[in-house]
Amino acid sequence: MLKIEQVGKTFNAGTINEKVAVKGLDLTINDGDFITVIGGNGAGKSTMLNLIAGVYIPDEGSIRLDDTDITRMPEYRRAALLGRVFQDPMMGTAGDMGIEENLAMAYRRGRRRGLGWGITNAEREFYRERLKTLDLGLEDRLTSKVRLLSGGQRQALTLLMATLQKPRLLLLDEHTAALDPKTAHKVLGLTQQIVSEHNLTTLMVTHNMKDAIHYGNRLIMMHEGRVIYDISGEEKKKLDVQDLLEKFEQASGGEFANDRMLLA
Amino acid sequence: MGIITGVLSAMPAAISQGLVWGIMALGVYITYRLLDFADLTVDSSICTGGAVSAVLIIAGVHPLVSLVFSILAGMLCGLATGLLHTKLGIPPILAGILTQLGLYSVNMRILGRANVALLGKETIISLGNIPMAILVGAVFSVLVIGAMYWFFGTELGCAIRATGNNQNMVRAQGVNTNTTKLVALMISNGLVGLSGGLLAQYNGYADVSMGRGAIVVGLASVIIGQVVFAQKGNFACLLAAVVAGAVIYYAVIALVMQLGLNTNDMKLFSAAVVAVALAVPNLKKKKSTRKKTAAAAKEG
Repeated sequence: MLKIEQVGKTFNAGTINEKVAVKGLDLTINDGDFITVIGGNGAGKSTMLNLIAGVYIPDEGSIRLDDTDITRMPEYRRAALLGRVFQDPMMGTAGDMGIEENLAMAYRRGRRRGLGWGITNAEREFYRERLKTLDLGLEDRLTSKVRLLSGGQRQALTLLMATLQKPRLLLLDEHTAALDPKTAHKVLGLTQQIVSEHNLTTLMVTHNMKDAIHYGNRLIMMHEGRVIYDISGEEKKKLDVQDLLEKFEQASGGEFANDRMLLA
Repeated sequence: MGIITGVLSAMPAAISQGLVWGIMALGVYITYRLLDFADLTVDSSICTGGAVSAVLIIAGVHPLVSLVFSILAGMLCGLATGLLHTKLGIPPILAGILTQLGLYSVNMRILGRANVALLGKETIISLGNIPMAILVGAVFSVLVIGAMYWFFGTELGCAIRATGNNQNMVRAQGVNTNTTKLVALMISNGLVGLSGGLLAQYNGYADVSMGRGAIVVGLASVIIGQVVFAQKGNFACLLAAVVAGAVIYYAVIALVMQLGLNTNDMKLFSAAVVAVALAVPNLKKKKSTRKKTAAAAKEG
């Protein structure tokens, strides 16, 4: 459903800060895939997600979603097809607006916004039902400002917003990295629940190798802006952290996995 | 004793003036508070609104109808700043300053000279009839607040508020933030234009420098309204507080003028008031963090 071909992106080209983020990137995502993405810092994981989302436009190569070329489509237009959750809990929600107002924004993703009411009573009921599934008590706080919520609650809300209108592809960019371990676990559980309930095609970047192995049906490892390892199905189920570390060392030419990966 | 009666007798005029400027302050509220865009266009767009109204009235157009054109003229000013920012990537403050400067020439063209008087012309609001001016100002304020309350509850209005809050989130939800910014700037300056039209009629003339420092009056009104009245409450209350802020601002001005402050020193006084009002929240924050760090150091 999504096909990335020979995509490259360099930041600050021609300056002293030049950084090749992604180079010769190829990836085909199939319908129903739940792919976990791992790789060291600077491997290009977030850049890849941002290229898919349209935050950055590639220097070269093409990205096609369901036979539509979205390589240069503006971010707000392809948002109709994509659900996104970010690493920073502040990024996915509008803090000064209420929970229900945030959900109403997300409910209208991909639709023209006119002079109809920004939120209707019928919607409120629907939001309450959906918030109940998060099991965080947010269904009783519809009008609370989102800035009053904890990081974990905000991420759970963002996740709900990203999937309120079923996206063709769900992009999760280390969405639990800023949370404490217990909350991260809870949000990951919710992610699993929502993804399987709606059978969502998902791309999830993580720094945690155990999570990368535990979740999803396919795992890719990135290094220096390319996919260097792609494993799925039964083979993936047999993986353990040691295997991944070895793979990583092989790929990076004996270089040790960075501390954060080792600790994970 | 003389001062007190003097202040009291100056109050009705201050209230009517505050109501007229309050509409401009509502425009500033849209950009400054909702969109988080410091728009300096207003210093000139208020004059554009006033100039259009004055020139049309002299040409025989009904004063009420002339205000429609004041609004449209203001919206065009906002569009100019919006395009400079969204299409050409010029930072908000600079985009506003450029439009503001360019509009000086436009305003001179509209007026034909630096000052156009409305001597003997019928206007819908005038400082010659203060009670009526207060009534008209109040009616316009209520109408504008009602319209804003409705608009910012619509899908488009919500998208604008969200744009001011978190552009990143808004784009991820499929909203073109360039469009929301343009619409917000146009509505804001439309209100500023309306205020300018009313102001020209109220004063009985349009002057090319009538908008100098308008942004400061707008900001002062927004901040005073917020400080004096509760910051919570529904949206309509927040908007009413902005208009009330403008009224208080002009009441204070009337007071210090009665106390003998020179008219020429007023701008300095206004700037100082706004600087203090803008600084207070920041200084409070600093103090509380310093306290916290000190407390933490003690414990540690």
